[in-house]
Amino acid sequence: MSTLIDLFAEFALLSFVAFGGATALLPELYRVVVDNRQWMDATTFAHLYAIAQAAPGPNVLVVTLIGWQVAGLAGALTATVAMCLPMSVVVYLLFSRWERFKGARWQRAVQLGVAPLAVGLIFSGAALVGQSAGLGVAGWGFVLAVAAFSTKTKFHPLWCIAAGALLGLAGVV
Amino acid sequence: MLQEQTKAPPAISLAALFFGFSKIGLSGFGGVLPFARHYLVDTSRWMTAEEFNAQLGLCQFLPGPNVVNLAVVVGRRYGGLAGALVAPLGLLAGPVAIVLLLAMLYDRFGALPEAQRMLRGIAAAGAGLLFAMAVRMALAVRNKRAFLPFTVLVFVAIGLLRWSLPAVMLAGIAASGGVAWWLLREGERR
Repeated sequence: MSTLIDLFAEFALLSFVAFGGATALLPELYRVVVDNRQWMDATTFAHLYAIAQAAPGPNVLVVTLIGWQVAGLAGALTATVAMCLPMSVVVYLLFSRWERFKGARWQRAVQLGVAPLAVGLIFSGAALVGQSAGLGVAGWGFVLAVAAFSTKTKFHPLWCIAAGALLGLAGVV
Repeated sequence: MLQEQTKAPPAISLAALFFGFSKIGLSGFGGVLPFARHYLVDTSRWMTAEEFNAQLGLCQFLPGPNVVNLAVVVGRRYGGLAGALVAPLGLLAGPVAIVLLLAMLYDRFGALPEAQRMLRGIAAAGAGLLFAMAVRMALAVRNKRAFLPFTVLVFVAIGLLRWSLPAVMLAGIAASGGVAWWLLREGERR
């Protein structure tokens, strides 16, 4: 029970700084669940991210999987609710007032200011996932190839994921 | 004619909200926001593109999973409190069930060397996709000389030094938002 309370408290707190969504939150999720709480090792964290990538649905599902790993079904539901509920309540209450502060200088300033920070977070998350997956030289080469391919072309990301699964299975990356 | 556009939103049943958002939730990999737009604006015609953008604005401004916030806002608009509960439930129920099934498979077979190798390959692909996303977002930042230094600082603080995110984000918003505020004010003066 105390683990569930810890899970809820950690993730509910994080939901308030999840600018850029769950993807931008990856490095902090890692810091909390692997470094601080030691709920899982780095490899498992990378595996859970991989599973979330290969499944349909919103990005927040990686949080569901982390919750599962920590405390089973109850953990999965607790983590998901903790991540979604606080801001859902805020957005519900704030919506009728949005028209009033939308376009105000402070509102635009925060929005403009947050974007470059989110970019830094996603770069950090990308490096962290690669690192904790324990990639070798070929693995990092594949990471760069996927990054370049996905920036330059408009193929569905699932092709990259399928390629990763096959190359991994074949022992290449 | 103008009054036509500001009329009350059409009546949509709670079941329709639930299944509509289920479809959205199950339609995308690695983020479903583009599918939400497609479904809400083009397929179901529950809202116009302008309405969608206006509602998305708040959801992207606030932290938290954007598409869940969007489901709350759209659900509230068409079904009040019940709608605001049903829409995000519809969005998450299917994907959560699938991911839990995969989690059970992982518990059972995750230790097999084949599974380990495959997941490492997928994680590598996922890291590549994240890098690509970061590059695209960085290219979309206007006034790169003023703002990309903050990207670098965040990467150093979070990626390399592993500092705590809440503190870094609060300081970052104060600094980067402060610069944005100043630039906006200068822009308005001219």
